[in-house]
Amino acid sequence: MSVPITSYLLVALILFCIGLYGALTKRNAVVILLSIELMLNAVNINLVAFAKYGMFPNISGQIFSLFTITVAAAEAAVGLAILISLYRNRNTVRVDEMNLMKR
Amino acid sequence: MTGEFIAFFILALLTIGGAVFMISFTRVVHMVVALAFTFLSIAGIYVLLEAEFVGMVQILVYSGAISILMLFGIMLTRHDASEVEEGKNPAKWLIRVGIAVFFIIVFFGIQSVQWSDKPADFTQKDNVKEIGVQMFTNYVIPFETVSVLLLVALVGAIILAKKEAEDE
Repeated sequence: MSVPITSYLLVALILFCIGLYGALTKRNAVVILLSIELMLNAVNINLVAFAKYGMFPNISGQIFSLFTITVAAAEAAVGLAILISLYRNRNTVRVDEMNLMKR
Repeated sequence: MTGEFIAFFILALLTIGGAVFMISFTRVVHMVVALAFTFLSIAGIYVLLEAEFVGMVQILVYSGAISILMLFGIMLTRHDASEVEEGKNPAKWLIRVGIAVFFIIVFFGIQSVQWSDKPADFTQKDNVKEIGVQMFTNYVIPFETVSVLLLVALVGAIILAKKEAEDE
């Protein structure tokens, strides 16, 4: 008897909820990027768990998670580049002070 | 109580513990360190799920590259940055309630699905070889598209982050 899939999905769900909470409540833009990475990781756990225990167990889940990791890495790099460029111009990393387009 | 259960329990505890510490720490650098623990434990969970290659990629990309990238991001902006605690915020409670509702709905969704009781056995074949064969036969177009995406992200990140010489 191995670990049931529901435990893996539960861990991923808790991670996703923590990441969502961080992304919605934190003020520092770097922390928001980190929270988004946490949510993407939760999705990756789901994909790899489905590759082993899903309805049609298949290696495709692992390949999908590799693509997700690639896109997440690209997202982190571009996000940080935008952040650094913004910090150079506005001298802040707090998201509630990034209201240039609101005024 | 098999070894797999014990390993899963420890890894899940480390994963969630790192994430909770990430949320509760105030210094941003400490948050990144806590998250590096989470990423490492997630790599362990992948190995437990017989996805050794994805686990190694997780260690390389997340624990290595993204943690260091985030540290660079902190050091290049305000390295003494800390998360100041706001006062009573009604929106915060709204967010908490919304996330709790989301958690409960998805939790009962997971419980109600009838999962297949015949897991795949990846131990018979070479995991890396299997992924490579699939990647270059069935998934060759997404693979090439992702390479273009990485190139665009590389060029875009450099252009966004470099100083404009003519302005200064």
